[in-house]
Amino acid sequence: MTKVLSGSEIEDILSSSFNNQIESLGNDYVQISNEKSLDLFNYLKIEQKYELLSSVTSVDRISHFEVVYHLTSLQKNESLVIKINCGEGRIDPKVKSVISVWRGAELQEREIYDLMGIMFEGHPNMKRLLLWENFEGHPLRKDFVS
Amino acid sequence: MSTELVTMNIGPIHPSTHGVFRMRVTFDGETIIDAEPIIGYLHRGSEKLAEERTYTQIVTLTDRMDYTASMTNNQAYILSVEKLSGITPSDRGVWLRMIAAELQRIAAHSVAIGFLINDLGAWHTPLLYLLREREKILELFEMMCGARITNSYLRPGGVFMDAPDEFWPSLNKFLDDMPNRLDDIENLLTDNEIILARTQNVAILKKEDAINASITGPMLRASGVDWDLRHRNPYDYYEKISFRRPLGTVGDNNDRYLVRLHEIRESLKIVEQCLDLIEPGPVKPEEVPFLVRPPEGESYVPIEAPKGELGFYLVSDGGISPFRCHVRAPSLINLTLLRDMVIGYKIADLFVTFGSIDVNMGEVDR
Repeated sequence: MTKVLSGSEIEDILSSSFNNQIESLGNDYVQISNEKSLDLFNYLKIEQKYELLSSVTSVDRISHFEVVYHLTSLQKNESLVIKINCGEGRIDPKVKSVISVWRGAELQEREIYDLMGIMFEGHPNMKRLLLWENFEGHPLRKDFVS
Repeated sequence: MSTELVTMNIGPIHPSTHGVFRMRVTFDGETIIDAEPIIGYLHRGSEKLAEERTYTQIVTLTDRMDYTASMTNNQAYILSVEKLSGITPSDRGVWLRMIAAELQRIAAHSVAIGFLINDLGAWHTPLLYLLREREKILELFEMMCGARITNSYLRPGGVFMDAPDEFWPSLNKFLDDMPNRLDDIENLLTDNEIILARTQNVAILKKEDAINASITGPMLRASGVDWDLRHRNPYDYYEKISFRRPLGTVGDNNDRYLVRLHEIRESLKIVEQCLDLIEPGPVKPEEVPFLVRPPEGESYVPIEAPKGELGFYLVSDGGISPFRCHVRAPSLINLTLLRDMVIGYKIADLFVTFGSIDVNMGEVDR
């Protein structure tokens, strides 16, 4: 059975070198700050062997947007969830792209940009994936009326 | 000799693009020097639609994502709903949906292999042999739930109806026949000189690259990584089942074909074991309400779908429909490395490689 790490177990892994980056704890996730997130992800991938980025997705929390990362370690058979808050408010949400760590984020980050309107800084090809170039708005936002 | 570069548009309407896939490919003579996938022609906004439907209604949306594997789509979604709302499924319901899921895997891999051979230029004959076997599975599904492709068979807590009495002898007959039909297909295809020449050592995908690009499913196993969620994260009752996990050694198109072919045989064994273990009983617990109302929270349960890791990330705010429903679509993510895999090969290899990745546009675009 893949062990799904609880929030405090994820904190234990991160507390040695990234304690000041942890913003809050949930039952089964840790929310980290966007600053230096790539260092933390590199640490998880290389030191902690979370070599598979299962999925990247986003949630419109009305007051802000968040990006959710599901990571899996094939060697340890464990998985964990990391969240990043894209800043207070709904204007111009952005986070750092994790493509340099996991190539698997490439199309998923484009999809999030397309449907949720979150910019990924450092993505080499940040353009719409599913909708056409001139489409106005981002359909998965809660204020998008279909 | 270098020639003038030609940029060509392939698809979205093209028999070898398995739906509405489009590629902008740049050639130097016949050699591919760049390929960009362009998708979105089948985008229906399923994730947004899910936000306005009840948890039971969304089952029908999941059917239409990977429409060659509706049962496993249902399964991934239902597992996530059950975890979110704390529903314990009934025993018989779980066995029935495992039988359905494994039959679906056989059907989906038959389609994958058939169309791969089609892409190789063996027009229609091998494909029809495989589609004939798939047809038998669709008839079994019709007995189970009345639908052939878009089944909507699963419900939170199990399945919506028991399989009728005439289903079981038909299933046994299928299980007896299928190994022989697979032998025929293997005799026809596996050692075929043309297929070997066209698929061996073409579009090799290395282990590390595959993991780094989040590639999962038969494609990952063809690259030699022993990662099958039925084995590593046994959802439903897979921990009571034993099966082998075929692995590739090179990671080329031929390995991806062989892994799928061998997985069909393993799926047959899994169905047989399920038949030994299934017992009479309710297919769904009485107490599960029609309107599922999970508490606030979120869940993500990945399963091994025919295409790879499929999971529904559901966020609930306590209402009757999810606040957010995200689909981790293996077809989309397995396309990440298409460009890297085909560069340097010839135009004819492009379609074979695309076929061996086995994407379903309904799932890519959602």
